[in-house]
Amino acid sequence: MKNEGMTVIVRTVTRFVYGMIILFGFYVIMHGHLTPGGGFQGGAVVASAFALLLVAFGSSGLKGHVNLHWLQSIEEVGALSFLALAFLGIGTAFFYNLLANSGGFLFGASVPAGPNAGVFAAGGLVPLMNWAVGLKVMTGISAVVIIMLIGSSKEETE
Amino acid sequence: MRKALLLVIFLFVSAFLLLGVADMRSFGEPQIADMDDYYVAHAQGEVAVNNVVTAVVFDYRGFDTLGEATVLFAAVVGILALFRKPRKEER
Repeated sequence: MKNEGMTVIVRTVTRFVYGMIILFGFYVIMHGHLTPGGGFQGGAVVASAFALLLVAFGSSGLKGHVNLHWLQSIEEVGALSFLALAFLGIGTAFFYNLLANSGGFLFGASVPAGPNAGVFAAGGLVPLMNWAVGLKVMTGISAVVIIMLIGSSKEETE
Repeated sequence: MRKALLLVIFLFVSAFLLLGVADMRSFGEPQIADMDDYYVAHAQGEVAVNNVVTAVVFDYRGFDTLGEATVLFAAVVGILALFRKPRKEER
């Protein structure tokens, strides 16, 4: 089954929009400890950009631009880094947040109590875990969408 | 003998379950929210995160998130294994 994509209008709009969708997804991941959203949601947003590209340009338009092995490798890196971040605080407990309120340069700031806009450099392990899960979700769902539409081509399986 | 033993076990377990039911909070009473109050009161101080949902998901209940990530990983691996094209020598 050959999937050739959609009309010129859809392709043009996709060219304008897909970068912004990816940027918005990274924003949601990056500000997961301040605004609604987080790793799972931002990763799904980024994966939706890949799905839009697939729908607009078809399987032949995306072939050669995406390497499924890379996507899988990044997903495994995300999963393993999530586990490694969880093991960082094993001295106290599994998933202990030892970077929060530590005062260090890596998300170690404190947050004043009560309603406020939030501090970006705070949260300890939470933003790092957001990044790990975000990488994992965006590459995982992208790989699923891509392989369900085009399958792995012959030169990728070799 | 065996039936008597089963009856004793049955009564024992039912007594335990009934004890648990008697100790449960009354149905449809949402004003008892100790855990929620704790999260809302302590998330900013303990985790230094303004988004309390993220604080719960990634800090207080990080183990649950690990399970979710594992489920997603298993789903992706399964779909990739299902939809891949077999190589020539495997056909």
